[in-house]
Amino acid sequence: MANLKVNGKTTTVDVEDDTPLLWAIRENVGLTGTKYGCGIAQCGACTVHVDGVAMRSCGVTVGEVAGKDITTIEGLAAGGVMHKVQLAWIASDVPQCGYCQSGMIMAVAALLKENPKPSDDDINDAITNICRCGTFQQVREAIHAAANA
Amino acid sequence: MVRAADGAPEVNAWVVIRPDDTVVIRIARSEMGQGTLTGLAQLVAEELECDWSKVTTEYPTPGQSVARKRAWGDFSTGGSRGIRTSQDYVRKGGATAREMLIQAAANEWKVPATECKVSNGVITHTASGKTTTYGKVAEAAAKLEPPADVKLKDPKDWTIAGKGLKRLDTVDKTTGKMIYGIDVKLPGMLNAAIKDCPVFGGKVKSFDEAKISGMKGVKKVMPVGDSAVAVVADTWWHAKTALDALPIVWDEGDNAKVSSETIAKWLAEGLDNAQPAYVGNQNGDAKAAIASAAKKVEAVYSYPYQNHATMEPMNATVLYTPDKCEVWCGTQNGEAAFAAALEASGLPAEKVDVHKLMLGGGFGRRGMTDYVRQAVAIAKQMPGTPVKLLWSREEDMQHGKYHPVTQCKLTGAFDADNNLVALHYRLSGQSILFSVRPEALQNGMDPAAFQGVAQSGEAAIGYSVPNLLVEHSMRNPHVPPGFWRGVNVNHNAIYMECFMDELALAAGQDPLEFRRKLMGKHPKHLAVLNAVAEKIGWGTPAPQGVYRGIAQVMGYGSYVAGAAEISVTDGSKIKVHRIVASTDPGYVVNPAQVERQIAGSFVYGLSALFYGGCTVKDGRIEQTNFDTYNSMRINEMPKVEAVMVPSGGFWGGVGEPTIGVAAPAVLNAYFAATGKRIRSFPLRNQNISFA
Repeated sequence: MANLKVNGKTTTVDVEDDTPLLWAIRENVGLTGTKYGCGIAQCGACTVHVDGVAMRSCGVTVGEVAGKDITTIEGLAAGGVMHKVQLAWIASDVPQCGYCQSGMIMAVAALLKENPKPSDDDINDAITNICRCGTFQQVREAIHAAANA
Repeated sequence: MVRAADGAPEVNAWVVIRPDDTVVIRIARSEMGQGTLTGLAQLVAEELECDWSKVTTEYPTPGQSVARKRAWGDFSTGGSRGIRTSQDYVRKGGATAREMLIQAAANEWKVPATECKVSNGVITHTASGKTTTYGKVAEAAAKLEPPADVKLKDPKDWTIAGKGLKRLDTVDKTTGKMIYGIDVKLPGMLNAAIKDCPVFGGKVKSFDEAKISGMKGVKKVMPVGDSAVAVVADTWWHAKTALDALPIVWDEGDNAKVSSETIAKWLAEGLDNAQPAYVGNQNGDAKAAIASAAKKVEAVYSYPYQNHATMEPMNATVLYTPDKCEVWCGTQNGEAAFAAALEASGLPAEKVDVHKLMLGGGFGRRGMTDYVRQAVAIAKQMPGTPVKLLWSREEDMQHGKYHPVTQCKLTGAFDADNNLVALHYRLSGQSILFSVRPEALQNGMDPAAFQGVAQSGEAAIGYSVPNLLVEHSMRNPHVPPGFWRGVNVNHNAIYMECFMDELALAAGQDPLEFRRKLMGKHPKHLAVLNAVAEKIGWGTPAPQGVYRGIAQVMGYGSYVAGAAEISVTDGSKIKVHRIVASTDPGYVVNPAQVERQIAGSFVYGLSALFYGGCTVKDGRIEQTNFDTYNSMRINEMPKVEAVMVPSGGFWGGVGEPTIGVAAPAVLNAYFAATGKRIRSFPLRNQNISFA
């Protein structure tokens, strides 16, 4: 049993403490926007914010984040208003299959919070998510657009 | 008349119009990121003359299609065929619906239809000025007989098709709302994890269920076919945790003796001219011309297995009862998934259906139905309970349908004036069709093996050589092959286009000029090559430290070329600055999506070139996750510039063809930079990496 505070709402989940946060979010809290891609913190499809910091939720256990503020893609829009990263994503028509994009958007939202005007080099260092469709050109364009929004 | 599920009238199979003027366009092909859903909707809407802002789409199910004598035709979404092999009948669907809607308005007004016109879904009787909308006349239109023949627009008059409109599925992909197969939830649903014998062809000998049956959440442990074991639990995490703890004894069989080394040795033997081979393309007498030539050049290349590694691992959810088998999954071919469910369930067609969901990547992998069969086999052992089967990434990496392994010996011969007089292109390696679609073999020969080097057709060679021999010594290792984005174009383009540069070097000629001389009878191939040469500035100095490479190929009915600019540090660290790509697919339905497909194909192809390569040890694939089968990141992405030169008169594909030119263009640039010719891949094996 653990209390998870996801998108401002606390849910008691009946899982072992060593359950990866990813699976508690998907299967116990029931939010499926956070995706499973590798399970070993390589691909970034499961990126969420824990106390405002981007983390790969497959590599964090429920026990480690109990009581902390967790934000998933579903909670990124505040008060029904889309986050500027989401708006930039829509304007640049970034996603192809879209599967990695929840994680990509969460990683970018965290980057912009820390570094509001990232250079191309900053983006290269910070954004390490895998996208097999190869949307990187539009991702970069949308990051700059969001930074300037 | 037929009604959609919400009661709205179906004007025809492709077009449903709701009273509020919403236009629902039916799409039979699958969306997996390539933009086909939006492109097909644009083609229908173009002919329909509806308001694009009111367009939405839906997938008919394969079961519905079968029940209606395949009203929606082929569901297959592979081979870059989504648009090119259905554009004709979907456009006719749109045009037919338009005529019926106009006729319905004309009938209501008691005027000839020829006096009415339509724009953005608003029908006007020109003389009286009366207007109505599609939503108001759809009910009456749906009762009319469709016209026998309709005239399609000339693409030069397109206003919706041909434009870089925004995709129809973007918003849900930015909010987490899009439902992929992995996200399906059904009441009472359980979750299954599976382990198939790591050695292809092996079997389950035994498993010790008692060891895990008390673990939290575990509901059932079961065999799946004779080669796999599944654990069904309340959550997937519980199922996977229990499966990892389950002792399984495998009967690995003789395939456990196979390794990449034994496969490579077997393939190398096939390069020997004394071994039998299928001839795919020939003119003149290449062997004789080579024997008597003034000069000859020979090289041996090889290309490894590759995994699709879609971001969403394979999965399918099935609810089976003795009266109904329903499947929810991402699939590139709804009808193939339907056929698999039919066979695996043993139920008749009217009791089976497949509900297609968004694919988290396809690239050819989800044209196969192995995961659907497994999911049905699991659900059949738990009638009445919906079960979602999800593969772990490790299962996905080790049970792929791999890009096949090949080697190629190329021999070119020159006369005394450095004219290329002969080319012998001898492939040795695996056939996909032999394994996947044996009925498509032609007297044993796999015609697809010659993609990009064929005599004619949709993947024809772009060079004329007086004496040419292209042949394939077929050798089929036990590793299951599949259609992997670009399929045989990938290695054939690397082999041919890198060797063209080797020949140019031997002839002392510029790689572009050398190619041009052989391309006089291939104007469409030449046009795209010229387009990239011009755009990259071939023949003008490159920036300091930057080197260029060029390549061209034809595949999937489209002519494509690429030119790369790279720099190399320490002889082994490659920075790909820029790739210019040109394509002539005949017609471009959505240039924004074509541009994205080109850039995306380069990420896929260059990831395979630099990081990919699946190796075999003890009969199994060694790579198990993205730590050992890596993929390009944003910092490695070159600037991709697309040059679209659609020449019309034919319909070529988009998703795959350009993947063929990225790797050889980069490899040729690497040679220009270093003087080193790489003939074996991936590059990581040569200690070459991205800078």
